[in-house]
Amino acid sequence: MDFAAIIVLEILYMIAFLALISAGLAIVFGMMRVINLAHGEFVMLGGYATIAAAKAGINIYFAMLVISPIVVGLIGLVVERLIVRFLYGRMIDVMLATWGLSLLLIGLVTLIFGNTAVSVPAPIPGYQIGHYQMGGYNLFVIAVAVVLMCGMWFALRYTRVGLVARGTMQGREIVAALGYNPNTIYMLTFTVGAALSGLAGGVMAPLTGLLPSAGGAYIAKAFITVITGGAAVIAGTLSTAALLGAVDQLVSFASTPVVGEIAMLGLALILLRLMPQGVTGQFFRNST
Amino acid sequence: MTVLGFGIGRIRWNWLAALVVLLAALPLVSETNTPTLLAIWALFALSLALMWGYAGIISFGHAAYFGLGAYTYAIASFNIGESTAPVLLALAVPALVAAVIGAMMFYGRISDVYLGVMTLLVTLILNRFMNATAGDAYRIGNARLGGFNGIPAFPTLNVPGEPDIEIYGTAYYYVVIVCLLAAYLIARWILTSAFGRALIGIRENEQRMELLGYDVAAYKTAIFAMGGAMAGLAGCLFANWAEIVTPSVFSLGQTAEVLIWVIVGGLGTLVGPMLAAVVLGSLKLALGHQTVIDNSLVLGAILILVVLLIPRGFAPSFVVWRRRFAQSQVHRRQARGTRRRHVALQETKQ
Repeated sequence: MDFAAIIVLEILYMIAFLALISAGLAIVFGMMRVINLAHGEFVMLGGYATIAAAKAGINIYFAMLVISPIVVGLIGLVVERLIVRFLYGRMIDVMLATWGLSLLLIGLVTLIFGNTAVSVPAPIPGYQIGHYQMGGYNLFVIAVAVVLMCGMWFALRYTRVGLVARGTMQGREIVAALGYNPNTIYMLTFTVGAALSGLAGGVMAPLTGLLPSAGGAYIAKAFITVITGGAAVIAGTLSTAALLGAVDQLVSFASTPVVGEIAMLGLALILLRLMPQGVTGQFFRNST
Repeated sequence: MTVLGFGIGRIRWNWLAALVVLLAALPLVSETNTPTLLAIWALFALSLALMWGYAGIISFGHAAYFGLGAYTYAIASFNIGESTAPVLLALAVPALVAAVIGAMMFYGRISDVYLGVMTLLVTLILNRFMNATAGDAYRIGNARLGGFNGIPAFPTLNVPGEPDIEIYGTAYYYVVIVCLLAAYLIARWILTSAFGRALIGIRENEQRMELLGYDVAAYKTAIFAMGGAMAGLAGCLFANWAEIVTPSVFSLGQTAEVLIWVIVGGLGTLVGPMLAAVVLGSLKLALGHQTVIDNSLVLGAILILVVLLIPRGFAPSFVVWRRRFAQSQVHRRQARGTRRRHVALQETKQ
């Protein structure tokens, strides 16, 4: 019984983790068809922002929920103005340029913070289920992911900004014809996407020590969650996060975490082959 | 040919001969360890340039075949001993894997961006798997896979049929150079054949080629497998150079590097990416000797700048510049000629 509860909690945590680190990438990909390969580095920068702020004596929750998104959002704004905006509509070139950006950011962070791991202790103590010790902070991650997903759904569904955003996803020319400047929309979208990546990095920072190369651990998972999810931001992210997260954790429990990760990547490979437009290209077509 | 816009052209045999003499004489004036590595990287770049530049297949996971070549050689040489069969296996295994993955993607009509994602996934899976193979449970015949530490001390290349005579140092440099030149000539031969022309047609307009009756998926799978075999050879040569293989041959960094060489060198040329591999490879080695500037910082900056400023890469842009320069010279000469005639005319009138 305890063991079952733990498996369920671990699966929930994995799903929340995938949804959290994919949200920023999903928004940018869903709205702009831009695949940002520097996404992992945005997450990593969010983590560094939180740790640096926490070390400077700022409340850690304020650091991860406010400072990280703002810092990384601003970085995203600069990146969009300097690099990405010249490459809209050239998918492969955007991927290559953002890959270059990812290498650049890794080099830059190595230069500034050095190639050593930094970390900050989790602010919530663990708790006991039967004989098992569980990380209490994992529950906080799940809560953040739930709030984030609900908030995104509400914003897309019931606000003016969300309406424009959904309109852009379906037909950018029409939105432009109705008087919204696509340039501004793209700029804001990229900034918001980067801010969400920063949030994810901040929230995950206490769980993992950070290295300049930490982004690599996130990019693959975020990438497959978004790409196999397809164009619909929330339905796509949630459905594939649930599927991939469950497979990863179940296989991990049955054998080792590495086999779990390989199973997850393999499943994504098969999903992509069967549904090249992503899960939401096949099912849930009219969802957000 | 429009988009990338460059034909195959003929081989400049006099240039090639001069290069061969230069490369052959190199060991007289310098050590051969670094040039060997650079030549291996050039071969790796050539394999991706062939696939990406001419068939338009973008692979974000080309390191997979490089790594498979390296691992296949190491494992096979432990089990066989004599190095001829392992080398052939190091060509065959990546080619076979590439053919299977390629067939899966091309017959499924996966578009280019998803192609990039899928090839990347294959590399990641191999990287994770090889990292996790520590311990005695993971062994193939006599070879322990060794997890993160890789496979050290396998028998290196020997003279075919003579297991006791190993090839190393300057002799190995010549082996690598011969492989590189042979691969280049084979690539040229492929491109000038009917098969190569069909590939270029596919790159320019896939639908049109399909309507003309070409089996596009089969062509793409074939060139994907050839690119895999060539990358496998590069991996095998790299394994012999380094005398150890570790999971880092499958890393994202390895994939990024070869992509950067090809895009900097230019799509639609073979010489450009090879040159870029040599130049950027030397730069990387030079940066490795100091600690102030991080290597990935420089590589990243180069990639961003090239994509933004010269998306065609250096070699094709150079051809354009040269053509434009020649054109302007012609114009100037014509203008001068007209002016002279004009003056002469004026003089005769007076």
